[in-house]
Amino acid sequence: MQVPILKQGPYLIATIQSALSDADLVQLRDDIVLRVGRLRSTGVIIDVTALDVMDSFATRTLRDIAQMIRLRGAETVIVGIQPEVAFSLVQLGLSLAGVATALDFEEGLAFLDRQHKGAGARVRSSGERSMRRE
Amino acid sequence: MSAAVSPGLGPGDKSKAESGESCIPIASDLDIIKARQTGRTEASKLGFSSTDLTLIATAISELARNIVMYAKEGEIVVRLVRSAEKQGIIVIARDRGPGIADIRQTLQNGYSTSRSLGLGLPGVRRLVDEFEIDSQVGQGTVVTIKKWKTR
Repeated sequence: MQVPILKQGPYLIATIQSALSDADLVQLRDDIVLRVGRLRSTGVIIDVTALDVMDSFATRTLRDIAQMIRLRGAETVIVGIQPEVAFSLVQLGLSLAGVATALDFEEGLAFLDRQHKGAGARVRSSGERSMRRE
Repeated sequence: MSAAVSPGLGPGDKSKAESGESCIPIASDLDIIKARQTGRTEASKLGFSSTDLTLIATAISELARNIVMYAKEGEIVVRLVRSAEKQGIIVIARDRGPGIADIRQTLQNGYSTSRSLGLGLPGVRRLVDEFEIDSQVGQGTVVTIKKWKTR
């Protein structure tokens, strides 16, 4: 099942809606990294609220996505990691070190807005500078 | 931890499905999802907490992933234990892949022969109550995990 990626102002929003196969995750990675350039996005929110399991592959792929997006000049925030999933990640010894996370979509958006404001020099075009949530 | 050679390696000795036992053939990434969802559904019949259900599903996901990655194919058997003293779930991951030469090393944190994993088995071990691995080079690997329901 593919993950829809929506554009909202300067941000891209990917909401995972069901369990993802490895192929779906790789597809998400490739799509999002491509689109962040095409749409000149400055931030990406990946909503994993619906994920009931995050195993080593999913965690690594999300970390890869965040790092690739950063190399493309934008910020990623992963939102909605469930308490049980957080616990199993810690038990498993996996971490999302270096990746921004937020409680939910709302907080993720607020995080990107702060980054967006604070990083004037990094914003690609002045036209997008003042854009906020639509 | 036992590192003994198991006589019943490989999917050939598929024992007859007892009541409460499910066997999921593993050959692709889609089967990984199927296996962990089956495990979660089965374990929920015993009334495990949602945290435990997630730990069980995650452990199964890792075991199934190991099969796909190292052995290409195999199977995951999920069995419920409902005795008077104990209730829990047993998951057996079985393949006829290359086997593991040095189990001790594999169980060390951070060790992996595949660049993509690195935490597989030691991680799984931390998610469950009992962990056992039998492997023989050239024959295959059987990993058995157990999670007991705490009362």
